[in-house]
Amino acid sequence: MHTIVCIKQVPDPEIPPAKFKIDPVAKKVIPPPGVPPVISVYDERAVEAACRLKDKHKGKITVLSLGSEKATDVVRHAISMGADEGYVLQDEAFENLDSFGTAYVLGKAIQKIGGYDLILCGRQAADWGAGQVGSILAEILGLPIITLACDIQVEDKKLKIKRILKDGFEIVEAPTPAVATVSSEIGLPRLPAGVALMLARRKQIPIWKAKDIGADLSELDPSKVHTEITEIFIPTRERKCEMIPGATPAEVATNLVSKLVKLI
Amino acid sequence: MSEYKGVMVLGEITEGKLAPITIELLGIGRRLANDLGEELSLLLMGGKAGVLAREAIAYGANKVYVAEDSLFDEYNSDTYTQWISNFCQKTMPSILLIGHTDIGCDLAPRLNGRLRGGLAMDAVNLSIDPSTKLLVSTRPIFGGNAYAKVVSRFARPQMATVRTKIFPPAERDDSRQGEIVSVAEKVDPSIIKAKVIDRIKEEFEGVKLEDAEVIVSGGHGIGSAKNFELLWELARLLGGTVGATRRACDEGWVPVTRQIGQSGKVVSPKLYIAVALSGAMSHIVGCLGSKCIVAINKDPEANIFNVAHFGIVADYKEVLPVLIEKFKEQRSP
Ligand SMILES: Cc1cc2nc3c(=O)[nH]c(=O)nc-3n(C[C@H](O)[C@H](O)[C@H](O)COP(=O)(O)OP(=O)(O)OC[C@H]3O[C@@H](n4cnc5c(N)ncnc54)[C@H](O)[C@@H]3O)c2cc1C
Repeated sequence: MHTIVCIKQVPDPEIPPAKFKIDPVAKKVIPPPGVPPVISVYDERAVEAACRLKDKHKGKITVLSLGSEKATDVVRHAISMGADEGYVLQDEAFENLDSFGTAYVLGKAIQKIGGYDLILCGRQAADWGAGQVGSILAEILGLPIITLACDIQVEDKKLKIKRILKDGFEIVEAPTPAVATVSSEIGLPRLPAGVALMLARRKQIPIWKAKDIGADLSELDPSKVHTEITEIFIPTRERKCEMIPGATPAEVATNLVSKLVKLI
Repeated sequence: MSEYKGVMVLGEITEGKLAPITIELLGIGRRLANDLGEELSLLLMGGKAGVLAREAIAYGANKVYVAEDSLFDEYNSDTYTQWISNFCQKTMPSILLIGHTDIGCDLAPRLNGRLRGGLAMDAVNLSIDPSTKLLVSTRPIFGGNAYAKVVSRFARPQMATVRTKIFPPAERDDSRQGEIVSVAEKVDPSIIKAKVIDRIKEEFEGVKLEDAEVIVSGGHGIGSAKNFELLWELARLLGGTVGATRRACDEGWVPVTRQIGQSGKVVSPKLYIAVALSGAMSHIVGCLGSKCIVAINKDPEANIFNVAHFGIVADYKEVLPVLIEKFKEQRSP
């Protein structure tokens, strides 16, 4: 069983909303100073899903991260969780790609690695969150795609994937190889042990450039983008919270109930 | 690119009726088509899709394409992608609108990959740029902390999945005239690789979250599954139900189907009582439509107080039990 997991490094999405700042002219988010970037939440759970499969079936996990050289940090994080190999895809030509460009580059690297049974991505990135890379990647590779997975089982080269619906779940059966996108409902990711962290720190993380994966630069030409962002903004909201007075919890509760009686 | 024309809505049928999102899409689709001076069409798929075509015209469609094949009664990613992409290559809509539903979330990105179009997921606003005539989709980024406007200059169709209950439903006018086109192409079942073998509907205690008038929602500060009982007690008393943040669901205190927020359910009750949750934007976007939000949090700096109508800074364990008592007193005078 060989699983390839695509992971992204993102600015920490859990900073308080008040600390979240944008540069509307550059159409960029200003990373909060002093808060290190992290592995995107859903991608971390995709690594967890791969680790659970490895716990059960042995085999191998390869992680891929398209980003800056700093993305070696998230690759190392995945390795400390249980991944075996990892690569960072970094090239000037890989900057500011849309979902199609990202899927194209990941697809090229995956073809170079080869010999896989399952490709996992997070359901969407915690930053721009376009939510399309996994599906476009599956189309590029001509593979079945199962989105929003919350449990993945493999038996006799067949996948049995539980996926989340608004009102419950469904079970999908698909042949391998296939692509699946993982949702947070799969459960919390494991905490790496100290030894694993140390070994991951020593691991060589190769950086692949466009030429290493045979990427055709004309595919990544900015004139070919499918979607462009023309504006970003933070909606302004007026604070209108009325604090309920009261010296004791009972007084506060009485005051709140009297405010709400009209409503319900 | 000018060979791509018109606005097309991908219809959904639930329990033999046009799904509410489809009627919402016909409303906004009509507006976009008017702004472009082009046609609004609807694609309806399913064994009994034909009977709904007239009604769709009353809701504003100029043309309804009907693909009557019972193989479409159950959504399958492989058949839908294949069939709809072939259909779009023939009909060449300039804009394709899809609901941000179970089907839309799965189908749209894959269909986009096949058609090589330009897609914005989870759009909360749509308009036509008056000078370029391009579709402008507004969608949340960074977990709802900000929004981005997205356009597709070169790729067609311009696609969007549209969040439910954002746009008002189209107004029905039975005097409207339109064309019904039945599409004969059948789907080839042999292309199916991924098969749905089982569907499990989660049984809800009491009212469904989306229908509830009162929701008592708990966050990580609740501390345990057992402590959630207190929230249940208040919810039952008020005829409502319980929701939760992702962190509370992650801990397994609450079933994952009760998660509210960007990646969970979007609710709009009369009363939303947010207990021991910090108010991350990705959670808030799921309940901003509530008429009244009450926040109970021990941290006065918590972001939830920026969106709440009424706030209580306190340990919820001290407030909730008396609040339950007071509501009981008020209910049985
Ligand atoms: C892409 C993306 C999508 C996401 N989608 C969702 C989503 O759909 N839904 C969602 O909920 N989250 C979502 N999240 C996660 C979200 O960012 C937050 O992590 C999460 O909502 C925080 O949950 P919380 O408020 O329960 O926990 P915390 O942020 O830890 O807040 C706990 C709060 O409890 C308070 N508290 C603790 N003890 C007490 C007490 N005894 N009495 C009173 N108050 C107390 C604390 O003051 C604190 O404010 C998403 C994140 C990302 C990046």
